Amino acid sequence: MATRLKDATAIVGIGQTPFARQLPSSEKTLACHAILEALDDAGIPPSQVDAFASYTMEETDEVEVAKAIGAGDVTFFAKAGYGGGGSCATVAHLAMAVATGQAHVGVAWRSRKRGSGPRPWRDTRAQLPTPAQWTRPYGLLRPADEIAMLARRYMHEYGATRDHLFNVALACRNRANQNPAAIMYERPLTREMYMTSRWISEPLCLFDNCLETDGALACVVVSAERARDCRRRPVYVHSAAQGLPAQHHGMVNYWNEDPLTGPAWTAARHLWKRSDLGPQDVDVAQIYDAFTALVPLSLEGYGFCGRGEGAAFTEGGALETGGRLPLNTAGGGLSEAYVHGFNLINEGVRQLRGTSTAQVPGAATCLVTAGEGVPTSALLLRS
Amino acid sequence: MSSIMRGTTDNAPDDRRPGPLLPEPDDDGAPFWEFAAHGELRVQTCAECHEPRFPPRPCCPRCQSFATAWRRMSGRGRIWSYVLPHPPLLPFYAELAPYNVAVVELTDAPRIRLVGNVVAAPGAPADSVDPALLRIGAPVRVTFDALAEGVTVPCWLLERP
Ligand SMILES: [Zn+2]
Repeated sequence: MATRLKDATAIVGIGQTPFARQLPSSEKTLACHAILEALDDAGIPPSQVDAFASYTMEETDEVEVAKAIGAGDVTFFAKAGYGGGGSCATVAHLAMAVATGQAHVGVAWRSRKRGSGPRPWRDTRAQLPTPAQWTRPYGLLRPADEIAMLARRYMHEYGATRDHLFNVALACRNRANQNPAAIMYERPLTREMYMTSRWISEPLCLFDNCLETDGALACVVVSAERARDCRRRPVYVHSAAQGLPAQHHGMVNYWNEDPLTGPAWTAARHLWKRSDLGPQDVDVAQIYDAFTALVPLSLEGYGFCGRGEGAAFTEGGALETGGRLPLNTAGGGLSEAYVHGFNLINEGVRQLRGTSTAQVPGAATCLVTAGEGVPTSALLLRS
Repeated sequence: MSSIMRGTTDNAPDDRRPGPLLPEPDDDGAPFWEFAAHGELRVQTCAECHEPRFPPRPCCPRCQSFATAWRRMSGRGRIWSYVLPHPPLLPFYAELAPYNVAVVELTDAPRIRLVGNVVAAPGAPADSVDPALLRIGAPVRVTFDALAEGVTVPCWLLERP
């Protein structure tokens, strides 16, 4: 009989460093701080860690991290691909390893000096594995340009407006304003600021883009059985999925039948198939927001509304506290920190522990997603 | 990390002048650029089931045949979407900004969409068209521009500017 993943494992510890535009410590040091804090949160000694999972564009590797924190024999290590698309896959890979007995205590982490480090789009030598020969010569250089192309098409097809994108930016900023750990704590955003801000790649403006952040985060995964003896209330990995749809092409997903149904649709189909729950059961969502335009696409992909209805879904405060689907309650990549979405996982855990700075009362289920627009992953967490 | 393309901007050992990023073709893509250098827009097509595909790749996703042909296109299309990048950008592009980059859907082959610049005249730069003239659905036709010596890329002219 197949070992089932559903609720077989739980996240029992989370940790993070401060977030800032610039931190003096190295990525390795930051990673160790976050991991040790997560283990301390779980009440598990570092010597018991036997599994590590990370995702690409992570510069600290498990050899160095295991050595530094004092891990013992490590029997499982994995790295998911596609940068921000792999955040949730790290937890999924650990959950599989633990559920199948390959390991007992798993650590997933992200350490990144994005704020003070080199901008990836500036490095023309180390291209991402995307078909750059078809796009870069024409000046389609940055992820913002690549996603703006989809955003304009989406706006054209469905009547989405900049006000809809502002709704997304505002919901994230409002939550960050409540979160002392967020870079945008106590820095409110107004519609006027949004509408008059400079363009990055029309139709996307400054506030449609995520922050550039230094910081690290980690979480600890153990079996559901062991989780009952841990210090904190377990947050169960109820369902997990990865998604790479047919004829998908990475960030420049312009060459398939339907470029506006990206990897989120694929991940969602399999996430719900493996779940006892549906979109209507989700109390709070942490949706990957490198760009505001990814959120309406993800709302559609994960089934919170129909095709073409993602922008309209954001109206009437739907994404705010008390709305239909409170979103990115620590501020997300747009306003808390952009650390390739790992902060969304930790915030999902806090919501289900009841310790968020923008707590959704009685939240028992949380959807966490990784980057839409690239091969992606998602988690459905429950308390 | 695959290096499909190398830049000739701030890190080119042989050229200190900021220039555009030049396509560095892989084996599958090379014929596209060779045809472009001769002023022909051709799309890789399965020699067995005749399904066009883009970007080029070794075999046909529909019938798995490795036999390919390069089908000549009429060069007509429509703007599927477009963006106007603003700085911060690589130096060559920052000087040009705001310019346009469009995705053009080919009339002859639905679902084949090419990224390119809409220009005011053959050889004109990517900032030569008034952005107010750009709209999704606008008909365009191909022209070819020498991006650098020996490197020719397809660009697009508005049919009714
Ligand atoms: Zn074929």
